Amino acid sequence: MNIDHNILTIITFLPLAGAVLLALLPDRGKMMQWGALAVTLLTFVATLHLPSHYDYSAAANLEGAGSFQFVQNHEWISSPAIRFHLGVDGLSMWLVVLTGFLAPLGVLISWNAISERKKLFYILFLLQQVAMLGIFVSLDLFLYYAFWELSLVPMTLLIATFGRTANRRRAAIKYFLYTFIPSAILLVGMLWIYSRTGTFQLPELTQLAAAHNISGNNAALWLASLAFLFAFAVKVPVFPLHGWLSDAIAEAPTAAVMVLAGKLGLYSILRFSFSIFPEQSRHIAPLMIALGAIGIVYGALIALVQKDLKQLAAYGTLGHVSVVVLGIFTFTIAGMDGGIYATLNEGIGGGALFMLLGILYERYGTYDMRDYGGLAAKLPWMVTLFVITTLSVVGLPMLNGFVGEFLVLTGSMQSTVHNHTGWTVLATTGVILTASYMLWMIQRVFYGDLNFNTADTPASDLDAREHIALWPLVAVMLAMGVASPLWMRAIDTAGSDLAQEPAQIQSTEQPALSTNTDMHLPIPAAQEATK
Amino acid sequence: MSPNILAILPELILTLTGILVMMAEPCLAPATSRKPLGWIAIAGTVAALASSWYQIQFGTIHAFSGTIQVDAFSVLFHFIIGAVVLVTLLGSLDYFQGHATHAGEYYALLCFGSVGMMLMTCSVELLMVFIGLEISSISTYIMCGFRKGQATGSESSIKYFLLGSFATAFFLYGVALAFGATGSTNIYAIAHGLQTTATPYLAFTALALILIGLGFKVSAAPFHVWTPDVYQGAPAPVVGLMSTAPKAAAFAVLLRITFTGFPIYQHRWSVLMWVLAALSMTIGNLGALQQRDVKRMLAYSSIAHAGYLLVAFTAFPFDGIAAACFYTATYAAMNVGAFAVITQISGYEERARTIDDYTGLGQKRPFLAALLGFFLLSLIGIPFTGGFFGKFYVFTAAIHGGNIWLAVIGLLNSGIACFYYLRLLAAVYTKPGTEASARLNQLRPISVSAAVGLALAAVATLALGILPNGAVSFAEFASHSTLIEQGRQQCAASPDNCHLQLNFDDR
Repeated sequence: MNIDHNILTIITFLPLAGAVLLALLPDRGKMMQWGALAVTLLTFVATLHLPSHYDYSAAANLEGAGSFQFVQNHEWISSPAIRFHLGVDGLSMWLVVLTGFLAPLGVLISWNAISERKKLFYILFLLQQVAMLGIFVSLDLFLYYAFWELSLVPMTLLIATFGRTANRRRAAIKYFLYTFIPSAILLVGMLWIYSRTGTFQLPELTQLAAAHNISGNNAALWLASLAFLFAFAVKVPVFPLHGWLSDAIAEAPTAAVMVLAGKLGLYSILRFSFSIFPEQSRHIAPLMIALGAIGIVYGALIALVQKDLKQLAAYGTLGHVSVVVLGIFTFTIAGMDGGIYATLNEGIGGGALFMLLGILYERYGTYDMRDYGGLAAKLPWMVTLFVITTLSVVGLPMLNGFVGEFLVLTGSMQSTVHNHTGWTVLATTGVILTASYMLWMIQRVFYGDLNFNTADTPASDLDAREHIALWPLVAVMLAMGVASPLWMRAIDTAGSDLAQEPAQIQSTEQPALSTNTDMHLPIPAAQEATK
Repeated sequence: MSPNILAILPELILTLTGILVMMAEPCLAPATSRKPLGWIAIAGTVAALASSWYQIQFGTIHAFSGTIQVDAFSVLFHFIIGAVVLVTLLGSLDYFQGHATHAGEYYALLCFGSVGMMLMTCSVELLMVFIGLEISSISTYIMCGFRKGQATGSESSIKYFLLGSFATAFFLYGVALAFGATGSTNIYAIAHGLQTTATPYLAFTALALILIGLGFKVSAAPFHVWTPDVYQGAPAPVVGLMSTAPKAAAFAVLLRITFTGFPIYQHRWSVLMWVLAALSMTIGNLGALQQRDVKRMLAYSSIAHAGYLLVAFTAFPFDGIAAACFYTATYAAMNVGAFAVITQISGYEERARTIDDYTGLGQKRPFLAALLGFFLLSLIGIPFTGGFFGKFYVFTAAIHGGNIWLAVIGLLNSGIACFYYLRLLAAVYTKPGTEASARLNQLRPISVSAAVGLALAAVATLALGILPNGAVSFAEFASHSTLIEQGRQQCAASPDNCHLQLNFDDR
């Protein structure tokens, strides 16, 4: 049997099996940590199967909806027609690998930080993993929505139980409601689409959308597209829907923060909003570009005045995801590729930054910048890694951040979207602002005089576990900076596909489905009798 | 076996079981445990479930001069009611242990009550429905006050009795007017008579009065005011029962009356249902937000769930009945499960009343807490639980019927609903204070029978969420069977000519 046909199921449900295993094991010593580490490592190894067996030539030749690989398609529920349909393409493949890659690092970083109720923590962490992987590989709208909703629960519980301050329950409920209510509207949109087309399958819907066959009702189509975009934009978050972000990041434990923002929402916009509503997405692009540009500058400016390290990083995150929003809504190949690349960067760079902050917090018990100072001499390894991460985040050439940001800004300049040049110029200033707050933070935390707090607390430099957790990230930053084609090869197939005008797609792909908009009614006789 | 006996086999078995329990009760010495009576009742319920299953192979059975009609629809509701009674009985065995000398009557009443509910679901004659309604109501009135000497218990019982009788009177009045308008109280004859009736407004009034009576029974807003007080005062296992089984029965009747009795007025009553659904969902959820008492909170939540179910009535007949059947099944499974956990935690003495009393349950009793959490997540409607699929089918049906805005209201409501369910869940997983842990330490370990009941509910909720295929086809089959029968009855000039055998391959 060929493993290619099962690999996505294995990847998605390995963490679930791990969670069940952890639930049965006794919570003694380091049992939970080792168990979670083993499971996440195994999952990561499984995700590596994808890029090593990905058929690049097939992906480049096939365009549009046909380019999914490792596809699994089984019937799940006959009525309504829901299928267990999984698959990845250039867009989702590296996101799956990234999710798998960050998980063991998240376990390592929580090793000592989570000392109580470890069983609950690692079970929730693994369930979160299942939900995220499920989101990236689902090609059935219903299945996708199920994982999307599921991703809320472990994260909410992680924040509510393992939050840092007494404010944690509030932050958790805020996070939950912020994402759940737009998701409810998203579900209405999905059900409406189903009632028009009778299918939940993304490839079929993409073809129908390209042929303008989803619905003749333009106003309803617009409402549905807004329902989709709104739900995703909250999750990203796009300015001004970021109300939940800083509270949730302030409270959540490090391992949870690493996966909190960005990926899921951005991927969903690219995958679902762009495929099912190609026209509407292009029409709304000027607004999204403006919001992206404002978000970049707004996030950076707020970060500039933060005293709290985690808050600074939270608003920094807002700026970085806004870069992606700007890039993908230009609908240029460079913008798309750069946006997808920057999504990966956000996971790597943001992840590393939050891990380093978590390590600092473990040593000194505070996130307040004023309590730090002059640590460079005491913690030489720490400062080295911190500076590399910072340079990656601010977009220094040779590191990963540069590739994404450069492509996004190039794409934004090339874009034919109306009135965008001013926004691009504004967004470019964000690069400078990002450098300012990041470097200023380094200066205040690591240089200057030793503070009473940092001077008196005896603290050691990174230990072996922390080295193991951080160096892979640094290595990837460097690799993604100098060998970007390795990743770009797959991303570009998806990016150029998404950037194509809907008219072009239409010319190459003939809709295979009938345009019958009525759902199948099994008993017409009875229907008539009741009328 | 004569078709008459066959048609009421489950009811017959439960009636005999109830009588047996009553006769065995005095034979037990006064101070001894009443558990054996409970086991008799459990055996009777299992037998009734089995006989329901046995009925399926005969297709649609007409009995007692066309007043009883056993079809896949009634069998489905028999299953739901029987399963709820079974879980309730399993959870009640220890509940009365050492407290009530009158536990024997409880088991008998449960059996009789379920006879009434089952009878409601298989009657196509409104007077027979009324008899079933009374049998089930009177048993539940008494069971509400079963914690003797408790002021809230008596309040609960009396309130339910007074308002319940009032509502039943409405129902009866409606039946009388329907007879006036169409000359019959048989559902199919009513449907037939409506086409030629000279007094349509009398028929509308009849329908409206019937809706009020049944709206009370399913606690739909604005007929919901009794629910919180009654639920708060009644014993936890009884609340678990009465928030699910009688409601399922009343919804079955409502489905039959609206979709098969008054189908030609669907454009009129579906507007009423729209309003009832929107009101119930909103009032239920907003009301629940204010509550600190867990039973009151779940009372409001049950009002909201009645609202979600009413959404199905605005859909096309086939979609609507199927979605409502499926939702009833999932709601019964998750709600009876949640109350089974509460029964275990609060016990006869009502140790845990408010949300704060559940603080720290997660540490002291991880399995009970996990189960409660699971049922709460299902009530919220989180994917891979029954509650999610239930909502999904209902709203799919509504959107297919063109009611997008009702679906929007409903789904926004499910967002509000998260808030109060999560508040309870968050309390369960918070660290207990010293007082709370002292109270939790008094908890008895749960018995095997209670664990089996909990497991049944949990497995049902999970199965309906992950592998709903079987249940969905059964619900569609049930919907099919009622509508096809209604179609045949309409086609035929006289109901006597329509004898019909249906089985699973019919579709």
